Amino acid sequence: MMMLSKLSTRLRYVGRKLLLSSGEFSAGPKSHARGTHFKYFPCEKPIVAGETQKLNMYQAINHGLNIALENNPRSVVFGEDVAFGGVFRCTMDLKNRYGANRVFNTPLCEQGIAGFGIGLANAGILAIAEIQFADYIFPAFDQLVNEAAKMRYRSGNMFDCGKLTIRAPCGAVGHGGLYHSQSPEAYFAHTPGLKIVVPRGAMHAKGLLLSCIDEPDPCIIFEPKTLYRIAVEEVPVAHYKIEIGKAEIVRSGDAVTLVGWGTQVHVLLEVADLVQEKLGVSCEVIDLVSILPWDAELVCKSAKKTGRVIVAHEAPMTNGFGAEIAATIQTECFLHLEAPVQRVTGWDCPFPHIFEPFYLPDKWRCFAAVRDSLKY
Amino acid sequence: MYCDMVTINVMDKIMYGLHRQGRISFYMTNTGEEAVQIGSAAALTLEDTIYAQYREAGVLLHRGQPLAKFMNQCYGNCEDDGKGRQMPVHYGSKELNFMTISSPLTTQLPQAVGAAYAFKLDKKNACVACYFGEGATSEGDAHAAFNFAATLSCPVVFLCRNNGYAISTPVLEQLKGDGIAAKGPAYGINTIRVDGNDVLAMYYATKSAREFCIKQKKPVLIEAMTYRIGHHSTSDDSTVYRSVNEISQWDAHSPLVRFRLYLESLGLWCQKKEQELIDSTKKEIFRAFGEAECKSKPHWKNLFTDVYKEIPDHIRKQMNQMEKHLEEFKEHYPLSSFTHTK
Repeated sequence: MMMLSKLSTRLRYVGRKLLLSSGEFSAGPKSHARGTHFKYFPCEKPIVAGETQKLNMYQAINHGLNIALENNPRSVVFGEDVAFGGVFRCTMDLKNRYGANRVFNTPLCEQGIAGFGIGLANAGILAIAEIQFADYIFPAFDQLVNEAAKMRYRSGNMFDCGKLTIRAPCGAVGHGGLYHSQSPEAYFAHTPGLKIVVPRGAMHAKGLLLSCIDEPDPCIIFEPKTLYRIAVEEVPVAHYKIEIGKAEIVRSGDAVTLVGWGTQVHVLLEVADLVQEKLGVSCEVIDLVSILPWDAELVCKSAKKTGRVIVAHEAPMTNGFGAEIAATIQTECFLHLEAPVQRVTGWDCPFPHIFEPFYLPDKWRCFAAVRDSLKY
Repeated sequence: MYCDMVTINVMDKIMYGLHRQGRISFYMTNTGEEAVQIGSAAALTLEDTIYAQYREAGVLLHRGQPLAKFMNQCYGNCEDDGKGRQMPVHYGSKELNFMTISSPLTTQLPQAVGAAYAFKLDKKNACVACYFGEGATSEGDAHAAFNFAATLSCPVVFLCRNNGYAISTPVLEQLKGDGIAAKGPAYGINTIRVDGNDVLAMYYATKSAREFCIKQKKPVLIEAMTYRIGHHSTSDDSTVYRSVNEISQWDAHSPLVRFRLYLESLGLWCQKKEQELIDSTKKEIFRAFGEAECKSKPHWKNLFTDVYKEIPDHIRKQMNQMEKHLEEFKEHYPLSSFTHTK
């Protein structure tokens, strides 16, 4: 271990020297090193009382998995490359602690992972499956949509797979291109029987994961992968849950309602600051948290108060989940609206590599939408 | 075993007729495959979980499913355990450890492997038996299941019914290799091919497979060679793609005929007993379907329940909308046959 870390320090030093000599580092803005399109807003106070620990999101998820495996001897964690700790380190040390029978690699086959997980859950085992990237969940679409989601219904409640939780890293990461950046929540939101959540940081990731695990219905938790290391905040050490189906007002305001989830919540918080600074009005920022079922009540209440709503998500616009939200607001809040509900989203294109800065619904596009809404 | 083979055969004929009269919407017979089903079922115990495709009613019957329950499911009446939500022949039974059937082909295979892994974790003295046709093995899920079962060492018996056809597609258009059995060793799965029209061969192969996979914690693949004598389903006329001659050749050597001759040679069976069995079975089935037909359908609100364990607000809201709508427009809906409050 010692030697390895020394070696890696040395390599980094050498690499840095090389880059500096080629002028790459001093070039500043021209650097190809990853930059983020958002500023992380840590949660100001923990959701429950008690001891906390400063963790990033992958560590918080690791804590959650530890608790799940510790509390229930009939629980397992599996997927591609999870045994050595996972490609994002979320399952680190779990195999050593709980044994190769309970934390194990599967063959490289997403439909198999989902089907296998359903079978485990049928037999009463707590099954926590990982799909390496949300972009690769589509081979499992049939198992999740036709099987997992419909099992309780079609069997008249004789059988279910409520003990199944699927974890999948999602969303933009700066350079993920077409197949390491997708946000496929809307595909699944069209499926009665599934529950879908997206955390916006470390504290939410652990709480939502533990909720998914306890939930008597099959759940998918999409984890914005760009937050794995960036999202550092105080996370309660003990077991705690964040209720599925409930949204959260992250910042109160009275002029415009901004709705988002995952990384986009942080973009919207920065937009709220910009709007305050440049336009002198306050935005209400809502983290939807849960995509299915979603908290229409809280969103509509805010929409009625402000009369203006912007929904923002990374996924493409057409048939994105923003469409569902906009349609519901239109039905429920028609007489309260001062401007059309706007959607600021990824464009209706595949997620591009070098054009990512132009693709994302970043703070400037969101800011422009707020300004237009206020002027309407 | 023989009685169950006859019962499933008689039930199929009657149910097929009921479909022809428009009294149920759909049916699939098991004709020609009675030995595969009953022979294997007899070698399993109720501790063993069954994942089936749809042509395994005999397995459920052998496990003790009453005829009335088959009828209730096909009619979707208020006594159906599935609450009338699925098409006919999509049976399931919690107490008989028979997972509810679903239409998407082969999805049950990786699920069966997961359940078998659970059995291994729980150190259960039982296995999972998973049935499917030869057509189903072309699906990706079959590949997933075979590979997962082998690499993760799961006590599962894969039972393939190779009956020569997937609807109209003959097996020669399904695969080019030596049937399904040849695939097993490639995954590292112990495999055997059996005469699926020989009920005793099916019984012994399944019995050995069960013992092996429980003891070794490894999967076994059984390929049962048989022939689908009936049409694929009530929506299919199989004479369009295969000759009547071909069908009748197989019919003459059906598993029922073969087992009967064997029993007669031992002096355990005769024509008189045969007739009595058929008559009494018919009587029982007619009574069961008569009763099933008379029962009302489940309350319409069962449309909205069991999507989730608890009804979420948005679904409850839709249920209330429907209730209001029905109050106003009730005469346009078949409410009278859905009055049961269960």
